[in-house]
Amino acid sequence: MASIWEYANPVKFVRTADRVLPWLSGLSLTALVVGLVWGFFFTPDDYRQGATVKIIYLHVPAALMAINAWLMMLVTSLIWIVRRHHVSALAARAAAPVGALFTVIALVTGAIWGQPMWGTWWAWDPRLTSFLILFLFYLGYMALWGAIENDDTAADLTSILCLVGSVFAILSRYAVNFWNQGLHQGASVMRAGALAGDTAERVSNVYAVPLFICMAGFALLFLALVLLRTQTEIRARRMRALLMRERMA
Amino acid sequence: MIALLLRDLRLAVRAGGGFGLGLVFFLIVTVLVPFGVGPQTDLLSRIAPGVLWVGALLACLLSLDRILALDWEDGSLDLLATAPLPMEGIVSVKALAHWITTGLPLVFIAPMLGVLLSLPLEGYVWVLVSLLLGTPALSVIGTFGAALTVGLKRGGLLMSLLVLPLYVPTLIFGAEVARRGADGLAVATPLAMLAGISFGVMALLPFASAAVLRINLR
Amino acid sequence: MLTAQDLTVSRGGIPVLESLNFTLNDGAALVLRGPNGAGKTTLLRTVAGLQPPMQGTLEGAGERIAYAAHADGLKTMLTVTENLSFWASVFGTSGIEDAVQAFDLSALRDRLAGSLSAGQKRRLGLARLMVTGRPVWVLDEPTVSLDAVSVGLFADAVRAHLSGGGSALMATHIDLGLEAGVLDVGPFKARPRAALEDEAFL
Repeated sequence: MASIWEYANPVKFVRTADRVLPWLSGLSLTALVVGLVWGFFFTPDDYRQGATVKIIYLHVPAALMAINAWLMMLVTSLIWIVRRHHVSALAARAAAPVGALFTVIALVTGAIWGQPMWGTWWAWDPRLTSFLILFLFYLGYMALWGAIENDDTAADLTSILCLVGSVFAILSRYAVNFWNQGLHQGASVMRAGALAGDTAERVSNVYAVPLFICMAGFALLFLALVLLRTQTEIRARRMRALLMRERMA
Repeated sequence: MIALLLRDLRLAVRAGGGFGLGLVFFLIVTVLVPFGVGPQTDLLSRIAPGVLWVGALLACLLSLDRILALDWEDGSLDLLATAPLPMEGIVSVKALAHWITTGLPLVFIAPMLGVLLSLPLEGYVWVLVSLLLGTPALSVIGTFGAALTVGLKRGGLLMSLLVLPLYVPTLIFGAEVARRGADGLAVATPLAMLAGISFGVMALLPFASAAVLRINLR
Repeated sequence: MLTAQDLTVSRGGIPVLESLNFTLNDGAALVLRGPNGAGKTTLLRTVAGLQPPMQGTLEGAGERIAYAAHADGLKTMLTVTENLSFWASVFGTSGIEDAVQAFDLSALRDRLAGSLSAGQKRRLGLARLMVTGRPVWVLDEPTVSLDAVSVGLFADAVRAHLSGGGSALMATHIDLGLEAGVLDVGPFKARPRAALEDEAFL
């Protein structure tokens, strides 16, 4: 196994992605089907929340990947700034709409869950508000990519926006927390001792296993979508390069 | 640097436009709010700090594209880039000039507009203080947005889209100071956070703005 | 001395001129020739440091360059004196008198730059070069909209600058009557290829 930077070569990246994609898609589909079917039909209703609790299998993984997508963009943007690998910049570009989509899923499922539980579709709860702000960041990032014609300039500018945006996203998170203490339950899945302890709010084991499968499914789905989109971006870029060579020859 | 600041101030005074327009916009927004939410004094006095903050923020946003676009169009930005000034200094001075011509007048007119919204008496000083502390951050963040979109035709709308999410923390802490002040509560924590954001942004963001501007000039 | 070695310059990521080698000695002028769109402006912007060279090296540029482009960078709401004084203080020089005299601007001193004619604006833009006090002038079509008399003034200014040990690199189609080397950029046109960074995609 050679260095990971080999995959910075677009041709090599596309070839590898071609090989990996069917497996990745298959795995993510399997995990999602198993996780969702198990979660929806083979777990008991919650004694307080009833059947509505089951939306957790969409809500939590989507929210998780919405944040992870931004983190991935942050890392790939840094790689672009430091090492100037085009694949990295294109991967950041490819991840943005997927991340935005997961953010929307998290927001919508949250609203659907919130309606019966809190009696309202929307509340200016810190967690909800943070996700709304995250969504705005995604929109701005994508709009900037779309507005600039030169690919390298666009990659440079969006990378810096991503870095600055990350700092401001964290600031916003704290600001929003301070601003309103909120209704949302704490993040209970990963809480230390969640599996061993018996705090009232933790996700109990019955729900945890299918939830973890769903999270894996969403993560794999995210990877597959980003690989596919990066591949598409690379091919579009390659097509333009070929056209340019044609025209110049 | 000082020469650049003086030039920008002189231009703002002579051109007239920018400066006055922001204030008029602020006035109009403040006048429109009671039409929108109704004339009940208790409601207005409750939302006054927030309305003043949002109004000031929007008025500030309105003039952001003038920070760099004019110098870009007539070629002075190219010439400044080849001058013996660090780009970080140029963007900081530009932000400072924007604050003096736009932010500072907004700070001082805000208490007067507070009268229109029946701002509680305790609120005046905190509205003033929070805006005084927060508007520099708005100018500096706005300069970053202006630098990102400087080369684009019709960049104004895009710039708003980029800048507004970045304004969230400043707005939250700024309005919180004003609101708590108006309610007679302790303001120390949000005030410290607002100051932290403002000074942090002033110290660090010019580096990002300068990097972005260099990319846009090449 | 300004030296370019194996210089490749690009516009929008696509190389336009490549393998340029030239030297500009102190006291000398070099005129760039070539058809429109050949890449003269791109070369001048690169020399001025506004964009990085794609390949190759430039020595003796950077802080020694005074650049004048198509746009004069004048503020229409400032007077002639104010415009020049601004650049003088930015570049840390004193006195705009020589520049005002050299370009015959004395009568216009207190006029707003916005009220000047195109040729007068150009003269003001060129006067800025003298104010910078920098030794290497990089000029992009400096004589556009100048009448014959003004071209003469400009040629005198360049000559004075050269005799004072300065140098000038300019793109112009007018013969200024200077003893200048000529660099035809035609032969350096970049060979047809995609943008360098796109080659990885082929």
